Amino acid sequence: MLVNTKQPETSGTQSDADTQSGLGRAVLSLSGISKEFPGVKALNNVSLNLYAGQVTALIGENGAGKSTIVKILTGIYQPNGGTISVNGAEINFPNAHAASAAGVTAIHQETVLFDDLTVAENIFIGHAPRGRFGLIDTVRMRADAEALLTRVGADISPTARLRDLGIANKHLVAISRALSIDAQVVVMDEPTAALSHKEIGELYALVERLKAEGKAILFISHKFDEVFRIADRYTVFRDGEMAGEGIMQDVKEDDLIQMMVGRTVDQIFPKIDVELGETVLTVAGYSHPTEFEDIGFSLKKGEILGFYGLVGAGRSEFMQSLFGITKPSKGAMRIDGEIAIVRSPAEAIEKGLVYVPEDRGKQGAVIGLPIFQNITLPSLDKTSRKGFLQLAEEFKLAREYTERLDLRAAALDQDIGNLSGGNQQKVVIAKWLATQPRVIILDEPTKGIDIGSKAAVHEFMGELASNGLAVIMVSSELPEILGMADRVIVMREGRLAGEFDRDTMSAEALVRAAAGIGEVAA
Amino acid sequence: MITQFIKSREALLLLAIAIVIALVSTRFPDFAAPANAANIFNDTSILIMLALGQMVVILTRCIDLSVASNLALSGMVVALINSIVPGLPVPILLIIAISLGMIMGACNGILVWKLDIPPIVVTLGTLTIFRGIIFLISNGEWINAHEMSASFKAFPRFELLGLPVLSWMAVLTVIVFAIIVIRTPLGRAFYAVGGNPHAAVYTGIDVGFTRFMAFVIAGGVSGLCGYLWVSRYAVAYVDIAGGFELEVIAACVIGGISIAGGIGSVGGAVLGALFLGIIKNALPVINISPFWQLAISGSAIIIAVAVNARSESKKGRVILKKAEQTT
Repeated sequence: MLVNTKQPETSGTQSDADTQSGLGRAVLSLSGISKEFPGVKALNNVSLNLYAGQVTALIGENGAGKSTIVKILTGIYQPNGGTISVNGAEINFPNAHAASAAGVTAIHQETVLFDDLTVAENIFIGHAPRGRFGLIDTVRMRADAEALLTRVGADISPTARLRDLGIANKHLVAISRALSIDAQVVVMDEPTAALSHKEIGELYALVERLKAEGKAILFISHKFDEVFRIADRYTVFRDGEMAGEGIMQDVKEDDLIQMMVGRTVDQIFPKIDVELGETVLTVAGYSHPTEFEDIGFSLKKGEILGFYGLVGAGRSEFMQSLFGITKPSKGAMRIDGEIAIVRSPAEAIEKGLVYVPEDRGKQGAVIGLPIFQNITLPSLDKTSRKGFLQLAEEFKLAREYTERLDLRAAALDQDIGNLSGGNQQKVVIAKWLATQPRVIILDEPTKGIDIGSKAAVHEFMGELASNGLAVIMVSSELPEILGMADRVIVMREGRLAGEFDRDTMSAEALVRAAAGIGEVAA
Repeated sequence: MITQFIKSREALLLLAIAIVIALVSTRFPDFAAPANAANIFNDTSILIMLALGQMVVILTRCIDLSVASNLALSGMVVALINSIVPGLPVPILLIIAISLGMIMGACNGILVWKLDIPPIVVTLGTLTIFRGIIFLISNGEWINAHEMSASFKAFPRFELLGLPVLSWMAVLTVIVFAIIVIRTPLGRAFYAVGGNPHAAVYTGIDVGFTRFMAFVIAGGVSGLCGYLWVSRYAVAYVDIAGGFELEVIAACVIGGISIAGGIGSVGGAVLGALFLGIIKNALPVINISPFWQLAISGSAIIIAVAVNARSESKKGRVILKKAEQTT
C-alpha cells in the first residue's frame, strides 16, 4: 500500500514547475517520491512533471533510478513516500491496472507484447470490445485495430501475428495499444535502443503525432542527440536524486552532462598504487558477427582495467567470448605471450582466466547448494583425490577464501540462498579466487549491493591487484571506474570508443565517449 | 545436526512410513516383523533402484520417461539370449543387460545434449521406440519360465546372509549412488546443473555432458533391473513393467526430489520408493481393494508436491527481493 507522507514543500515544487512552463497544470505529477529496497535507496525525494502535448526527457546514468520511476509510474512498484497526482488530484497506483485506468501507459525497452497473438488481439488484450453474451466481438476488434493502426501511420494488418513483425512495427503496435486505452501519459523507455536509423525517424514522426494529440510523453534515453531533437523539457536524475529539471531550450549539452555526472565524492576508493608488472594478457582484433568488432587491448600484472560504456555496448558479450562462452569470429588472445585458444569456460579457468558474471542470481550462485560447495564448484579437481571429493579439503578451501573476503555466515554448510546479496557476491568472488587465476574479469562487481559490501569489494579488488593479479572491471558506475581503474577502455555499440589513463580520464570525457558525442564537442 | 534432520523431508517421510506401519500393525501385528519387512523391501527393490536412476536425471532438470521400456527391452534381450545360449553365465548376462541399458540411456542423452530437444519429448519418443523393438525381436511372443535356464531364474532369489540377491542388489545400488552423488565431481555437477544451469556454465561445467551422463546412469540401472525383473517373475513379454515409469517418478517426487532440478537426496528417493512399496503391501493385508492403492499414491504425490511448494515459496520471496535490488 502506498504511504503518503505529505511534505510541505510538495506543493511548492508543483507551482514552481507550473510558473516555469507557463502552460498550466501538469497532467501527471510525481513529487517527493522515495523508494527503498533492502539495503539500497533507489530513489530519494525526486519529482517529475509531465505536461499535455509535451515531451519530457528523463536523463541519467545507468542506475540513476530511471527504471524505478517508470515502475512507480506504471503501478508495478509502490513508493515508500511522496505523492502522485493526475490532473491535480492525488491518486494511488496500487497495481498496474490502476495506473492504466488512470491513463498511464508504458512502451518498454523490450516490448511486452504476446508474440503468438495477432496484432488486433495484442492491441485490445484486457479490454477487447464485447458482443453478445460477453464474448469478444472479433469483427469490431479488427475494425478498431485497423483504425488505430492507420492513425499511427502503420501499414500492418490487424490479423498478422506479432511474431512476424519487425521491432519498429512492434513498437507501433505498442503505441496503438496505448492509444486504444485512451492514455493521457505515454512512457517510452529507451524506445530507440533497438531501432535502425530509418525506424528511428519514423518513431520521431510518431512522437510528434502523439504530441499533436495532446498526450504527455515521458521519453527516456541515453542519447543526447535524440533528446535535443525531440524533447521539450528535461529532468535529470543522479544516484536516485534530482539533479535538475527545466526547459530544453535553456540548456546546453555540457550542462546536462554536468548534471548527470557531477557529484560529491562521498565514497572513498581504496585505490592502491601498484607497480605494474609484465603484460599478462593481450587481445587483438576480437570480433563477433553481431555483438562487437575489432576489440583489442593488453593488460599488465597488477593493473585494474576498467571497461565503461552504456548498457548494451557489448562489454559483457565481449568478456563472455574471452571466457569461451561465445565464439569470436576473428581475433587472437595471448596469455603470457603464448597464443591461448579458449573454447569453453573450463579451458579458460585452466589457463588462469576467470569471469565473475554480472547477474549473480542467474549466472553466479547455485541456490540450493551450501556455501562451501558453491565455492569449490570450479575447483573440484583440486579438492578431489582419485576422482573422489574430499569434504575436508573442500571445507578448508572454502574457509580460507571466505575468511579472506570477510564473509559473515553462520556456517559454511548453510544454503547460499539464505545470504544477503552482498554476501552472495562475496561467495561468488571467493569461488573464483579459489581457482587461483592470473586474470579476473569482474562484470559489474557491485551492482545492486549495499554500500558497506561495495567498499569491501573495492578494497579487495585493490588487494588483488597489489598481489599481482590482472583485473578487468566492467562497470557502468562512473565513480567506481574513476576511483578504481588504472586505465579505462570505453566501448560504444560494439566498438572501441576511446582509451584513457589516469591522467586523461574524467567523468565528462568518459560519458562523451560512451554516448558518442566526443567528436561533436571536441 | 539433529534439529536439521527433524526439519528435513526425509524425517517427514520416515514419520509417514512409521504411521502407516503402526496403523497396519494394529490390524495385523506381524506386518512389521522382520521376515515381512524383508519381503516388502525385496518387493520394492526394483522400484528403489529405478528411483535412484531417475533421481540423478531429475536433479539435472531433465526427466526420463523411457526407464520402464528400457527395462523391458533389456529384460527381453537377456531372456532371448538365455533361451538360445542357456549355458551363458549370469554375470555375463548382467553385463549385457547393464551395457544395453546404458546404450539406450546414451541415446536419450545424446538427443538431449547435441540436438537440444526437451527431455520429456525425447524420452516419450524412445519410450515407444523401445517397446516397439521388443515386439520386433520377440515377434510379440512370450518367453516363459520353461525356456529360461535354472541359474537364470535362481540368481535374484539366491539367499545371502538372510536376504535374497535382489535385495542385496538394491542395497549395493543405494551405496553406489550415495558415493556418486556425494563424493564425486560428477555428482556435484548434477546438483549444479539442475540448481542453476547458467552458473554451472560459468564454473566450467559442461551442462550437456552432465545431463548425458545422468541419462547413461539411469539407463544402466534400467538395464540391470530388466534382467532382475524378467528373472524374478520368470517371464518376458512386450508389456512388462508397462507404465512403471510413472511409479518411479512418483517415488522421486514423494521423496522430495524437486522436478525443477537441483534438490534431492539418495535417502529421499529410497524412502519415497519404500513409502509406495509399503502402501502397496499393506492394503491387501488389511483387506482394502488394490484400487485404493492408486488413489493413495496419487494423494501422496499431491501432498508431497504441496509440501515442496510451500518450502520453496519461502525461497521465492528471497529471489524476488534480489530481482528488485538489481533493477
